[in-house]
Amino acid sequence: MQPDRHEISVSVNGTAYRRNVESRMLLSDFLRHELLLAGTHVGCEQGVCGACTILLDGAPIRSCLMLAVQANGHELSTIEGLASDSGELSPVQKAMHEHHGLQCGYCTPGILMTMTAFLKQNPSPSEEEVREALSGNLCRCTGYQHIVDAMMAAAQAMRASAP
Amino acid sequence: MKPAPFKYVAASSLDHALTLKAEHGDEARFLAGGQSLIPAMNFRLARPAVVIDINGLDELAGIAHGPTIRVGALTRYCALERDSEFLDSCPLFADALPHIAHPQIRNRGTIGGNLSHADPASELPALAVAMEAQMRLKSAGGERRLAASEFFEGSLTTGLAADEMLVEVEFPALPPRSGACFMEVSRRRGDFAIAGLATIVTLDAEGRCTKVRLALCGVGETPVDASEAAAPLVGHACADRPIEAAAAAIRAAIEPAGNVHASADYQRHLAGVLAQRAIRTAYQRAANAA
Amino acid sequence: MTTRFFGAPVKRNEDRKLLTGQALFIDDVELPGMLHAAFLRSQAAHARIKRIDVSRARQRPGVVAVYTADDYGAYWQPGPLLVPPPPIPGSVFNQRTQVPLAKDKVRHVGEPLAVVVAESRYIAEDALDDIEVDLEPLPAVIDLEAALRPGSVLVHDDLGSNVSAHVHQSKGDYRAAAAKAHLVIKRRFAYEHGIASTIETRGVVAHWEARSQHMTIWDTTQAPVFVRNGLAALLGLGERQVRVIAPFVGGGFGPKIMMFYPEEVALPWISMRLNRPVKWIEDRLEHFFATTHERGQIHDAEIAVARDGRILGVKDVFLHDGGAYDPYGLTVPINSQCTLLGPYVVPSYDSAFTAVFTNLPIVTPYRGAGRQHGVFVMERLLDLAAHELNIDPAEIRRRNLIPADAFPYKNGIIYQDFSQLEYDSGNYEPVLDQALQAIGYSEFKREQKKLRAQGRHVGIGVACYVEGTGIGPYEGARVQVQANGKVSVATGIGTQGQGHFTSLAQIVADQLGVDVTDVDIVTGDTDQFYWGAGTFASRGAVVAGNAVNEASRAVRQKALKLASDAFECAEEDLVLADGRISIVGIPEKFLGLGELAKRANPMRGAVKPGTEPGLESTQYFGPPSGATANGVHAMIVEVDPDTFDLKILKYVVVHDCGTVINPLILEGQIHGGVAQGIGNAFYEKLVFDDQGQLLNASLADYLLPTALEVPRMELGHTVTPSPLNPMGIKGAGEAGAIPVGPLFAQAIEDALQLKEKNVELLEVPLSPSRIFDLIKASEP
Ligand SMILES: Cc1cc2nc3c(=O)[nH]c(=O)nc-3n(C[C@H](O)[C@H](O)[C@H](O)COP(=O)(O)OP(=O)(O)OC[C@H]3O[C@@H](n4cnc5c(N)ncnc54)[C@H](O)[C@@H]3O)c2cc1C
Ligand code: FES
Ligand code: FES
Repeated sequence: MQPDRHEISVSVNGTAYRRNVESRMLLSDFLRHELLLAGTHVGCEQGVCGACTILLDGAPIRSCLMLAVQANGHELSTIEGLASDSGELSPVQKAMHEHHGLQCGYCTPGILMTMTAFLKQNPSPSEEEVREALSGNLCRCTGYQHIVDAMMAAAQAMRASAP
Repeated sequence: MKPAPFKYVAASSLDHALTLKAEHGDEARFLAGGQSLIPAMNFRLARPAVVIDINGLDELAGIAHGPTIRVGALTRYCALERDSEFLDSCPLFADALPHIAHPQIRNRGTIGGNLSHADPASELPALAVAMEAQMRLKSAGGERRLAASEFFEGSLTTGLAADEMLVEVEFPALPPRSGACFMEVSRRRGDFAIAGLATIVTLDAEGRCTKVRLALCGVGETPVDASEAAAPLVGHACADRPIEAAAAAIRAAIEPAGNVHASADYQRHLAGVLAQRAIRTAYQRAANAA
Repeated sequence: MTTRFFGAPVKRNEDRKLLTGQALFIDDVELPGMLHAAFLRSQAAHARIKRIDVSRARQRPGVVAVYTADDYGAYWQPGPLLVPPPPIPGSVFNQRTQVPLAKDKVRHVGEPLAVVVAESRYIAEDALDDIEVDLEPLPAVIDLEAALRPGSVLVHDDLGSNVSAHVHQSKGDYRAAAAKAHLVIKRRFAYEHGIASTIETRGVVAHWEARSQHMTIWDTTQAPVFVRNGLAALLGLGERQVRVIAPFVGGGFGPKIMMFYPEEVALPWISMRLNRPVKWIEDRLEHFFATTHERGQIHDAEIAVARDGRILGVKDVFLHDGGAYDPYGLTVPINSQCTLLGPYVVPSYDSAFTAVFTNLPIVTPYRGAGRQHGVFVMERLLDLAAHELNIDPAEIRRRNLIPADAFPYKNGIIYQDFSQLEYDSGNYEPVLDQALQAIGYSEFKREQKKLRAQGRHVGIGVACYVEGTGIGPYEGARVQVQANGKVSVATGIGTQGQGHFTSLAQIVADQLGVDVTDVDIVTGDTDQFYWGAGTFASRGAVVAGNAVNEASRAVRQKALKLASDAFECAEEDLVLADGRISIVGIPEKFLGLGELAKRANPMRGAVKPGTEPGLESTQYFGPPSGATANGVHAMIVEVDPDTFDLKILKYVVVHDCGTVINPLILEGQIHGGVAQGIGNAFYEKLVFDDQGQLLNASLADYLLPTALEVPRMELGHTVTPSPLNPMGIKGAGEAGAIPVGPLFAQAIEDALQLKEKNVELLEVPLSPSRIFDLIKASEP
């Protein structure tokens, strides 16, 4: 059987890409190995670990549970797009650094994407809400406490700088 | 863990999707949220020859309110969660949705995909049974309706024919003076239930139960309709004795098999615990609704 | 030397790369022409291999090669014994190490049978389906006791039994102690530890360049130097022809130090044969079988105590599940045997274990590395004794602590590093006091009565432990000041998130008077640093840290010497700060470190005899024996008496790991350890059926704790420096994970008042279902 291939166009972090992909290619593999945006990580390929979380039209999703062809015509955001062009870290990235919210850093991309979207919708979360929002992202290193601290601090920083 | 090869078609219309399905039958799978299908394909447990992507079919998504609440199959969990009118009229969903996986998965998963997948540990099949939902099934050749109680035939098997699609789910609005409650026990938030229980209690003006609907998930091959076991409640106000009797009957009515997280005894025990707790809450909510 | 950075909560140097998606992990390595490997793995736990037919797979378009054990020829060799058994008289050790591809027989589910190499991983997986395998199933050896009965099926037929090892150690006369004891308590304990389950799985990329006759291997290993040495020997190459790079590694916790995994052996060989780069990335399903586990022990243990609760002796006979092969020697069960003694005075000890071969995946150390098992037994024995003697559980512990003036304290048995088990330093009672204070022990005991009256089921637990850390042999470091004034440091350890890029930089920054961010640490690249052992046994900071300290001091001396020559003044008149050396009181007269580095490598003029060019130094550090950290965890839980689910209301850790380099990083290590401990105690269980099939090989069913299961933790520290190294540090990597099992058992028993129901929690992991079943079984 000839591989089933499709022409797709996607926008990732504001850059437009056109590629021809095999229909079975997972979106996570497409980002990492076709577009060489390897900041998105893969830990389970079954939707559980959350490392592959990216934003699809602004909403966090598992990139291991979507086919690249399905992203045709959509806008994606990944960890590579979080800092400003001049390299300034986003409030969530900054807070993770300041509160030691990462150790090996493997889970970090998914956590950044999940929580960036979450804090946008919930500018004043309680600790319990932050923990709930984090519960779809497994981290084996940190025990979460510093991540939670970082998110509470990021929320505050974002509120303070909100217009 | 990469999917086996397949042919991908993004359906351009419902007819297109149904024609393709009629053509390929069991060899083809609809791709809705993909939150069950793609993991299964990654493990190569599912190897469809053709994948029919229905995500572009906007006519399948949406909620129509009324005496019967009609929910399009492609409506995503996140859309249900955000529709307060829907959560008011179908309050079991308000209880149950937060238990389904995590926000990232709820942003993709659909009600139709969930029900068609028919995981007996999933919350929604039990909700559909408890709410006496009707499934609207469509094929290139026509359309039919199936009651939820008949739709779920076994673990991961439904009454859907090889050429059919679930297009809509109809939930009858709750009668007045009704209270509903869904509760579950799972190991971690977002995991499939070890045992879950949905109930709707309808009261008369004196606070006595006139009707009870009750279904469980996680404790059998399909969602288990235990409304009959809950019948001892009928005619009674909220009181220990009838509730305990109902719980005992529910425990006796199920045949859990046990799994890696729980012994069958523990599941049975939980069914009784959840029954007592959920029924009490449902009574209370019904009283408040009055 | 000022200590601006040492001891301060310095933010990590490595974060920026990780936070922006720029850190290189194994699967990010992309090379032109790269091929992808997938392994065909046994579905059976125990079977004879009748036939493997790969001919159809070889024909699939996109497949480049398929290999089985036969193709390896002389390259096929069982792996090395990583840690030989310590010299304990009378020990038995039967070495049977893993093989690179199964030949004749498979011994656990997931053991690789063949490897497919293809243009993409997708195609490689397609081709796995094309391989025909004919296996003759054999009964699986799963149950430890059954495995030792005469006539049992054998995992290794030539061995005559399933004994992997047998070790007996004793001190004092336990029998006499028991005879005069007020009370002897004997129980059977079962403790299972699970799988480290790093979020990044393993992976290997091998790139043979025929033109330069050079092999580069990227590997998620914790021990790159050993991998280089071993693979060079296997491949018939010189060590200088092989470069092993451990890039950013997504968590280690032990299993990534195992070697050689079959995939590590396969990939370089394949790359040489095909003259193309090859990548293999373990997927999550493979990870559950192909990466090593820890798993279970069964202890029949007894404690002899005096009326006042003082320990007179402990006796323990235990079985250890070693899995199908024993490449890691005795490390795990010896750790159990030694760590059982804990922070207590145990006058007599009689401990014997048998390590057993089973048809289950291989067991090697995972964070804690058997220490948990021993701590569980001791802590539970003390709880049982406390109950019988009507002594408070915290009090019985206090009465038995080794007194502060007894250090260094000899335990009279031999440890995993071959030396006598000796605790270098410690002061245990204040740690217990601080923990009881922080958890509010006595207040809680009062409060508990009230809460119980309200129908709430709350309980408390307190558990103590010691942790042998920072063992030898040695590590080294090269510290080098570059012409731009930045400092480059290389060591041979690998790093998997422990913050070495920062904690080691802190040491250098203080010695050389530069900013932490001006120190660039390279770890895990054998071309950057040739010698070393690896990151294990909470040793990275202790051993490599001291080597870095020595090398930095040497560079500091060199710099001062150069400057004193240049300024023609005494070294004592110089200050080294802010990246420059100046004369005391004349800050405008200075030389930058970069300038000094240039001067240390002159174009003309004689280099004086006895001096070396360059502002650099390489130093090594090897501790005589391990430093012993200690701590106490305390926890208050509330248990739902109907569902048996629990909520942790308060969690306290107080511990002593000597001098602290970076408290922020240390906190993170403890938090992560506790989270894994909680997983071990209450969520994570590898469920095998009696045929050796793993029933929950997925992260959906193997339950890693999420942010909702791990509570906020309150940490406290005391500091008793280690005399074994100049910086006084002790390791801390495993402390968080060790005592959580007994803590759960104790607190749950207390919350549900299980003692009154004659229910004892003598096993880990626990779960709501298990607690329910135990209570039910105890009912008449
Ligand atoms: C980590 C994780 C945790 C989860 N936890 C839970 C949980 O706790 N509870 C729970 O209920 N679920 C859980 N799920 C599953 C999730 O809810 C899925 O979204 C759901 O089961 C399937 O819906 P879907 O839209 O994603 O369907 P898909 O995956 O697209 O499809 C599922 C199946 O239904 C078929 N199908 C889809 N739509 C139709 C249709 N309209 N007509 C006919 N057939 C159709 C497909 O062909 C496929 O066979 C979890 C999933 C993940 C990844
Ligand atoms: S890789 Fe997608 S959720 Fe784990
Ligand atoms: S930091 Fe390692 S998994 Fe989260």
